[in-house]
Amino acid sequence: MQQFLSGATFIALYGISYGVVLFTISIGLVLTLGLMRVVNLAHLAFAAFGGYLAVSLTNDYGLSLGVSVPAAVLAVAIFSIVVERLFYVHLYGAGELNQVLMTIGLIFLSVATINMLFGPDVLPARLAPALAKTVEISGYPIQMYRLFVTVVGAILLFLLWMIFDWTSFGARLRAAVDNATMAQAIGIDVKRLFSMAFALGSGLAALGGAVGYAILPLEPMYPFKYLPLVLVVVVLSGFGNIKASAGVAVFVGVVDTACRFLFPASAAFVIYSLLIGLVLWRDRGRPASVR
Amino acid sequence: MVRRIPDGLLARHRFHWGEAVFWVSALAVFSLFPGYLTLATTALIMALFALSLDLAMGFAGIVTLGHATFFGLGAYGAGLLAVEGYQEPIMGAVAGGVLAAVVALGVGPLILRLEGLPLLMVTLSIGLLFYEGANKLTWLTGGDDGLQGIEIAPLLGQFPFTVYGHTGYLYALAWLFVLFVAMRRLVASPFGVSLQGIRENRARMRLVGTPVLGHLVLAYAISAFMAGVAGAVSAQTTKFVGLAVFSLDTSADVMVMLVLGGIGRIYGALLGAPIYVVVKDFAAAWNPYHWMFVIGGLLVVVVRFARGGILGMLDAAASRMAPR
Repeated sequence: MQQFLSGATFIALYGISYGVVLFTISIGLVLTLGLMRVVNLAHLAFAAFGGYLAVSLTNDYGLSLGVSVPAAVLAVAIFSIVVERLFYVHLYGAGELNQVLMTIGLIFLSVATINMLFGPDVLPARLAPALAKTVEISGYPIQMYRLFVTVVGAILLFLLWMIFDWTSFGARLRAAVDNATMAQAIGIDVKRLFSMAFALGSGLAALGGAVGYAILPLEPMYPFKYLPLVLVVVVLSGFGNIKASAGVAVFVGVVDTACRFLFPASAAFVIYSLLIGLVLWRDRGRPASVR
Repeated sequence: MVRRIPDGLLARHRFHWGEAVFWVSALAVFSLFPGYLTLATTALIMALFALSLDLAMGFAGIVTLGHATFFGLGAYGAGLLAVEGYQEPIMGAVAGGVLAAVVALGVGPLILRLEGLPLLMVTLSIGLLFYEGANKLTWLTGGDDGLQGIEIAPLLGQFPFTVYGHTGYLYALAWLFVLFVAMRRLVASPFGVSLQGIRENRARMRLVGTPVLGHLVLAYAISAFMAGVAGAVSAQTTKFVGLAVFSLDTSADVMVMLVLGGIGRIYGALLGAPIYVVVKDFAAAWNPYHWMFVIGGLLVVVVRFARGGILGMLDAAASRMAPR
């Protein structure tokens, strides 16, 4: 019983912190999909860039994480506006196939760029001493880092909630997600809103990549490797639904952790079968003709 | 009064002399470049694989990230059959294709209801499942080391598959030709035209009475059969199957070939695959990560500036030269 409880605590804490990172990364994709109807498969590249930037600023220039993470987030957000103007504007209303093809092309370009700038190996995840410390919770040593990530996620979720539900920006955003044409007609500058939401989403992805660098290790193939998990979060949470995606992300994190803990040999099997099943189940009964 | 059938629809059936160029040059490669037959065989196999993707993605509008699944199933199917002792090549390739088609018929009714992001996620994950499966079932597939010890009996009992690759090349060319002719007829048939209708507007096709899901599943299975045959021919001519057949790279490679040549055009796959294979061979000494600049750049440039690929650009140039 004792063992079961400590195992459950371990799965819950590791799963939740993992889910929090997934949520932070996915939320931008949930927004862009809801707002611009762009299937941006390259979204994880922003997370990878954010992570690499923050970790190299810490490792090479000795900046503390408190400085390097915000700097990386800001840099990626600004960079994403440039990318949006250069590439994504041509994809609005361009048809799904073209969106998929171009964003896969962007993944390849970003993987090659990461390899050129930072090398082909996994970036070693060195934690600051304060974060590397472990505390014992019900008999299991839990890294402070995991608790830290969970707390960051909780704060972030609260902030986003406030922004989306209580500010004028949030209201305009929700209006545009529901019906972009109508929002435009009542005087909302949807195009500018798109750019802002895109930058916000990319910045959040960068934050997820930076804070989660010890959970999702940084490597050049990062944008491909974690794509299925992020897609699951987006697919299961629906168009532009932030609260649902927080729940789904934590659920996926816990399930993934539990599978790795319980069936270490065939974890990938169990996880992906489960997630495919969930996506199919969610879509059941939907006639094939519905767009 | 007799209604005229629009020229566009009929023209698709007619043979155009320009089409001979591809097949004549394929034969010319055989006699002119005997030293490059292994590479040229790969190009033909990838052309067949790209053609299968064209049926699913270009004509039926099934945007998938996991087409390598069927290529891999065909390759492992035919490879295992040969290892177990059945070494007749043609039936072996058919068996590989049938295995892929059966899997497509199994998953198709479930996943083809989906569109867009859910479909992408599911096809990507199914691809990962098969990759993991082939990796873990070492006793069956050889795991990381790949499937070795494939021996193939002489073609038609007469022509052995040698290291020079003469038989292999003509064998691959024959498969490509047969399946190409079949697909050419298929896409111009009422079934093929309704697939294109489904691609353009599912709801409308549903309203005019087309069994949308049934058509999609059938197209998916036919496409899987072609991909499976391509994988099987690859296993038979190289006498090896590696885990890479199931990888995301394989799915992405074939997508780039198709897009480069021109998606939704039957000759797009046949043009894109050889160009891609030859260029990749020149860059074989490169760091594989640098090659990704080429793949990514190609995809972005084609979508941004040349949506019809090379054939699309040729078409546009031709119509500019001859204004009606």
